[in-house]
Amino acid sequence: MFVISQTDNRPMYLQIMEQIKQRIAVGDWAAGQAIPSIRQLAVDIGVSVITVKRAYLELEREGMIVTRQGKGCFVASDADVGTRIREQELAQHLEQAVRSAAMMGLSPKNLEKRIRAVYDRVTDADKETV
Amino acid sequence: MNDYAIELNGVHKSYRFFNLQNIALRLQRGTIMGLIGPNGAGKSTTIRILMGLVHQDRGEVCVLGHHMPEEQIAAKWDIGFASDDMRLYDSMTLGWHINFMKSIYQSWDDAYAQLLLKRFGLRAEQKIKGISHGQRVKAALLLVFARRPKLLVLDEPTTGLDPVARHEILRELTAVMASEGRSVLFSSHNTQDVEQISDQITFIDRGRIIDSMDKEVYLDRWRRLRLEVPTGIELPTLPGVIGLQQTGRLAVAISNAFESHLPNAYENSGARVHAVENMTLEEIFVANVEHSREEVKA
Repeated sequence: MFVISQTDNRPMYLQIMEQIKQRIAVGDWAAGQAIPSIRQLAVDIGVSVITVKRAYLELEREGMIVTRQGKGCFVASDADVGTRIREQELAQHLEQAVRSAAMMGLSPKNLEKRIRAVYDRVTDADKETV
Repeated sequence: MNDYAIELNGVHKSYRFFNLQNIALRLQRGTIMGLIGPNGAGKSTTIRILMGLVHQDRGEVCVLGHHMPEEQIAAKWDIGFASDDMRLYDSMTLGWHINFMKSIYQSWDDAYAQLLLKRFGLRAEQKIKGISHGQRVKAALLLVFARRPKLLVLDEPTTGLDPVARHEILRELTAVMASEGRSVLFSSHNTQDVEQISDQITFIDRGRIIDSMDKEVYLDRWRRLRLEVPTGIELPTLPGVIGLQQTGRLAVAISNAFESHLPNAYENSGARVHAVENMTLEEIFVANVEHSREEVKA
């Protein structure tokens, strides 16, 4: 089930890209597996063809999916495509954290300390819930 | 056969208090176009002209390869048209209307009509006079959809519908696009509907087309930049920025021709860029109408 949210302020194609990536990351769409055609997915989600086309194009550019002429669209066939997606997500979060830190004039040392503190807090909390 | 389901060139129409000026429009086959604009902008007049219901003073109108209004009889076999002033027979049932349409149109798809009855929550044995506004709209659309026309022209198909009914109609409209040869032109006040289901967007205001293009390209050209302007720094006038508002040290700039170097240009002037945000079609709508009216005044 794809969900296009109006409270999500990102464009629809980005929301679709992210949900496809989630499916690949959790293994619902396995490496090398055939995925719906652009037109089919547009009908399934209830959005325009052009929006899904854009999402597919960007995913192809990132190497997450491939289009084979006359055969359709597939998840990239390398086994670690799910890991690559998680990797990309982490890189984005880190970049955002660094930008926020720079805006506040935080030194790299200080940022490291803050990350360490968050890391300890989260892992401690996880231990307690186990 | 050309690649366009609809083609308008240099279309003019004058009324006493309203002019449609130099309308040029192209709807590619296999795509959905959303027509948006404020009340009285000329959306319905444009639709009526391309249906041959209103005759243009001058200009060329070509629909599915037929010149309008001269060849409208031939064209209309393949066009499904619905507007909110379409009349159904009050004393007849929906089933009667279905049989009537079936007897006229060879392309009528009865299985699809039955499916739509179910999906729209309608009953064939109901008389038109007993049903609600929303059901009436859905009934009219069913009668048009089940003909499976090559081109659907819908004037405000979702106006006055509750959210569930609106959703059903939008779903059905996108389902129409599952087969590649069909095209849709619809007008709407609801920018969210247009943003969700159209491939192409056309903006009309005061009888003129302001913009008409690929939706993804269009949305991508607009950005809102949130800026912090230190005391003593004056923000420069930059190309592609159509609106700039500043209160104290915070400013918001709106661009309709965004390029990646725009934030850098502000940074170079001494401002700080806090965020570069995408805009919804609704926000673009308002900014665009305000901007185009300022330009007319100036």
